[in-house]
Amino acid sequence: MAAQPRAETGNGSILDISRLTKLFGGLRAVSDFHMAVPEGRLYGLIGPNGAGKTTVFNMITGLYLPTEGSIVFDGRDLVGVDSHHITQAGVARTFQNIRLFQNLTVLDNVRIAYHTHAEYSMLEAVLRLGRFGREERSLSEQAQDLLAVFGLQDRQLEVAKNLPYGEQRRLEIARALAAQPRLLLLDEPAAGMNPTESESLMELIHFIRDHFKLTILLIEHQMRVVMGICEWITVMDFGQVIARGTPREIQNNDRVIEAYLGKRMGKRI
Amino acid sequence: MKSPFLQNALRAIVWVIYGALAVGIVWGVVLLVRANGPVYFMQAVVDGVKLGFVYALIALGYTMVYGIVRLINFAHGDVFMVGAFASFYAITQYGWGFIPAILLAMVVCTFLNVVIERVAYKPLREAPRIAALITAIGVSFFLEYFTALKWVFGADFNTYKRPFEVVVWNVGGVLITNITVIIAVTTTLLLLALQYTVKNTKIGKAMRATALDKPTSRLMGINVDAIISLTFAFGAALAGAGGVLYAIAFPQIWTFMGLMPGLKAFVAAVLGGIGNIAGAFIGSLLMGSIDVLVVSFVPAGSRLRDLFAFLVLIVVFLVKPTGIMGEPQVEKV
Amino acid sequence: MQRRRAIPSWIPTLAVAVALYWLVSYTSASARITPYWYNVIQLAGIAAVSALGLNLIYGFNGQFSLGHVGFYAIGAYGSALITKDFVTKWSGGQVGALSWIIAGQVGVLAVLFVAQRIRLGAIRKALQGALDQFMKSHESWMIVTLVSLVLVAFSVAVGVALAWGLQRGLVFALGGLAALPEKAAQSIVFVLALVNGGTMAALIAYLVGLPLLRLSSDYFGIATLGLAIMVYTALQNSDMVIETMKGARGMVAIPRWTTWSWVFVVLCLSVIVMRNLIWSSQGRAIMSVREDEIASRLMGIDIAQQKATAFAIGGFFAGVAGGLYAHLFGFLHPSTFSFVKGFDPLIIIVFGGLGSMTGTIVASALFALVIEGLRVVLPQGFEDWRFVIYPVLLLIIMLVRQQGLLGTTEWGWLRAPLPPERDVAAPVPVVSPAGAGGTEEA
Repeated sequence: MAAQPRAETGNGSILDISRLTKLFGGLRAVSDFHMAVPEGRLYGLIGPNGAGKTTVFNMITGLYLPTEGSIVFDGRDLVGVDSHHITQAGVARTFQNIRLFQNLTVLDNVRIAYHTHAEYSMLEAVLRLGRFGREERSLSEQAQDLLAVFGLQDRQLEVAKNLPYGEQRRLEIARALAAQPRLLLLDEPAAGMNPTESESLMELIHFIRDHFKLTILLIEHQMRVVMGICEWITVMDFGQVIARGTPREIQNNDRVIEAYLGKRMGKRI
Repeated sequence: MKSPFLQNALRAIVWVIYGALAVGIVWGVVLLVRANGPVYFMQAVVDGVKLGFVYALIALGYTMVYGIVRLINFAHGDVFMVGAFASFYAITQYGWGFIPAILLAMVVCTFLNVVIERVAYKPLREAPRIAALITAIGVSFFLEYFTALKWVFGADFNTYKRPFEVVVWNVGGVLITNITVIIAVTTTLLLLALQYTVKNTKIGKAMRATALDKPTSRLMGINVDAIISLTFAFGAALAGAGGVLYAIAFPQIWTFMGLMPGLKAFVAAVLGGIGNIAGAFIGSLLMGSIDVLVVSFVPAGSRLRDLFAFLVLIVVFLVKPTGIMGEPQVEKV
Repeated sequence: MQRRRAIPSWIPTLAVAVALYWLVSYTSASARITPYWYNVIQLAGIAAVSALGLNLIYGFNGQFSLGHVGFYAIGAYGSALITKDFVTKWSGGQVGALSWIIAGQVGVLAVLFVAQRIRLGAIRKALQGALDQFMKSHESWMIVTLVSLVLVAFSVAVGVALAWGLQRGLVFALGGLAALPEKAAQSIVFVLALVNGGTMAALIAYLVGLPLLRLSSDYFGIATLGLAIMVYTALQNSDMVIETMKGARGMVAIPRWTTWSWVFVVLCLSVIVMRNLIWSSQGRAIMSVREDEIASRLMGIDIAQQKATAFAIGGFFAGVAGGLYAHLFGFLHPSTFSFVKGFDPLIIIVFGGLGSMTGTIVASALFALVIEGLRVVLPQGFEDWRFVIYPVLLLIIMLVRQQGLLGTTEWGWLRAPLPPERDVAAPVPVVSPAGAGGTEEA
C-alpha cells in the first residue's frame, strides 16, 4: 500500500481527528473515526449514503458535539468550541443542500464572510465616519475580485435564489473562500452537475487549492471527481472507516466495492 | 479534578443542596397549608384543577391545529366565546337544558371554525407562516369587535344563566359544587373520546399521519384538506364545550372573554409540548393550578395572576424549551 | 452592470422629508387641520419609529417578537418619570429620578461588563466539562449554577457600588440644569428622558433576549408575548412600587412636550440610523441570521450576539417612541400597552412589507390615517365599525398580497447603495461565465 503523502512543509497534519464517535441515542452515526490531513493536501472522504460523512463535517465545524474523540486543527482542539469561533480559526465549508443567503445579493453573500474582519464598528457604520467608507470599499472590492475568479462578477447584484443551480454552487464555494480559511470542507460540490460541469469544477478546486494555499477535504459521490483530484481517500461505511489509500488502491479495494455495490456485484468502478 | 477526595466532596455538596431544597419545598408547602388552614389549601387545589380542566378543552384545540398546520390559531379563544354566547341565548331565550345547550355550542363552534379555516387559512397554506398568523389575528379581532356590535351580541357584560341549580357539597370543609363535578366529568369524557379517536380510529391515524408529513399522507390517499378541516372541527367542538363550562363556572360573559383564557390555554399547550395531546392536558392543569394558587396565596395575587402565569412560561422555556412532553426538533444539516 | 443613478439618491428623499415637515407644520399652525388630526399625524410618526424597531428585529433579523409593546411601555413610563420628576420636583430633588435611572443603567452595564471580563461563560463551560467527567449532568449543573451565582453576586456588588457612587455625582452635576433658562433646561431634560427611555428598554431587551433568543421562532413569539403581558401586569400594579405611576388609574400630569418637530426629528434620526445600520457589514450579519442561522454561524458570526443586539436596538426605538407618546397627551394608562395593542406594530410592518423601511413608514401613516379616517367617514353611531372593517381589510391584504405593500423594495436614499464600479480583471478566470457550473440557458 502506498504511504500517505507527507506534508510539504513537514509540519505534520493541519487536521488531526482521532477516535471520533457520534451517537444519536442508540444510533452510531460515526464510530472510531481517524483521519490526519497534512497541510496543503487535497483529500477525499467517500462512502455510500448515510455512511456518516456529513456528520464528520458537522462535528469538525462544531454543529454537533462528538460523543467521543478529538479534533485538532492547527494544534487547537475544536471539540466544544462554538461554530463561529471554529470558522474564525480558519475552517470553512459548503453544504450538501446549498445554504446560501437566499434573499441577499450575490455580492452580499460573499461580503458577509468578511464581517469578522471588518475594521469598523457599528457606531462608525451608523455615523458613516471615514473609516467606514474606506473599509467598506476595500471589503467590497475584495469580494468583487473573488466573484470574478468564479465568473460571477456580472451577477453580483442578483438575488442569490434567482441564480441557476450551478452558479449557486459556485457562489457557495466563493463565499466559503471569502472567510479566508486554511481548511476548506466541500460537501458534495459536484452534486447535480453533468460531466462537463464536473470537469470545470475539478479544475476550479485545483486552482483554488493552489491559488489560495488551502488544505481541502472533499466529500463527493461522483467517482470521476474523487478519483480525478484527490490525493488520498478515506472510505466510510456505517460510520466506520473501511479503507484508506490512493485513488488507484481504493478503486481496487474489495471492501469498498462491496460497500457501494453489494456483495454479489464485483465490477470495477 | 482527579483527586477522589475533591470529587466526593463536590458530590457531597450537591446532595446537601438537594436536601436543603427538598426541605425548603416541603417546609414551604407546609407553611402554605398552615397559613390559611388545610381546607383553604385544598379548596385552592380543587378550584385550580377545575380551571385546569376548562383550559384543557381550549388548549387541545390549539395544540391539535398547531400540530397539523403549524398555525397558532389566535381566533380559537374567540370561538370559545361564541360557544358561550350560543349556549347563553339557548338557555335564556329558549330555556334549553344543559346537555342540549352544550351540544348546540359544540355544533355552532364547529361550524364557525371550519368556515374560518376554509375562508381565511386554507388559501394561505402555502404562504409564509406569518401571513396565516396575521390572518388569525385579524379573524380574532373581527370576531371580537363584530360580535360587540349592538345588533349582534353587544358590548356589555351579560350574566350567564346556569341551566341547572347549583348544589354545594361540603367535603370536610372544602366546598365542591356540582359545577366542578360536571366540569370534571364532561371534560374527562370529551378527552377520552378524543384520545380514543386519535389513537384507535382510522381517522385518528389519518390525523396523526397528516401532522407528521403532509405530502406523503396525500400520496397514501389521505384527503389532507378534509383531515385538516376535521382537526379544526374537533378543536372547535371542544372549545365550544369549554365555553359553556367556563360560563357556568364564571357566569359573566362578554365578547372579549376569550382573550385571556385563550392565551393562557395556548401557553398551557406550549407548556405541555405543542402538538402533544397529553401534554396539553398536563400543561392546562398546571396553568389552572398556578392561576388559582397565586390568587389564593400571593398577596395581591388576583392582580398579579397573569404575571405569574407567564413567568412560569418563561422559566419553562429557559429550562426545557420544547415543553414538558415535547420532543426536540433536530434540524438536518 | 447597472448604471450609476443620475441624481444622488438622498436629494429626492431630503426634498420629500422637508416638504412633509413643512406641510404638517404649516397646516397645523394655520389651523387648516384640527388639533385632533395634528395628533393623529404625530401618532403616525411615533408608530413609525416603533415599527422601524420591530422591522429590525423581525423583518431584518428574522426574530418573531410579539413583545414590542412592552418596550414601548418601558420607554413611555421611564421617560415620564424623568420629566415629571423634573417638573414637579416630586422626589425632593429636581433630578432625582434621572440620576437614579442613569446610574442604575450604568450599574447594570457594569455588571454585564464585569461578568464578561471574568469570563463567566468560559468558566461555566470549563467547569461543566471538568465535572461532567465524573458526575451526572444534574449534579454538575448544580455546582456550576452555584458557582455562577457567586460570581454573578460579585458582579452585581460591583455594579451596585458603582451605581450608588455615580448617582451621588449625577445629582450634583445635573443640578446645574437649574441654572439654565427654562426652555433650554426642558429641552435637555426631554432629550435625556427620551434617550433614557430608549436605553432602559434596550437594556431590558438585551438581558431578556440573551436567554430567550435561543428559542425557535414560534416559541420566541410566545415568550415575548408573555413578557409584554408581564410588563402590562406590572404597570397595572405599579402603584405598589412607585406611587406616581398610579398603576391602573393611569399616570397623569406628564408635561406635554411632544410636538411635530420633535416627532419629525426623531423619525428622521431613526431612519438615518436604521438605513446606515442595514447597509453595512453589521446589517448584513443581522440579515444573514434571518436567512440561515447555520450558514451564518459558519461564516464566523456569533448569532446569539447578533440577535440580542438587534433585539436591543429595536427595543431602543420602541422605547424612544414610547417616550414621545407619553409626552403627547400627558397621561399614560396601562390599557394602551395591552398585548392586543401590541399587534399594531406587527401588522404595520407586515402590511408595509417585512424588511422594507420605506414600507414600514408608509404603512404607519396609512394605518393611523385609516383607523382615524374611518372614524370620520363612517356615519354617526357606526364608529365601532372601524374595528370590524380594519381586520377585514387586513384579511383581504393577507389573502391578496402577502408580501405586503412594498415587499422588500426601498425608495430613494433608503435603497441599498451600489457597490464600487470597476472593471475587474480576474487573476486567472478559471470558470468562464458562459461555461460550466450551470445548466445552460437555452
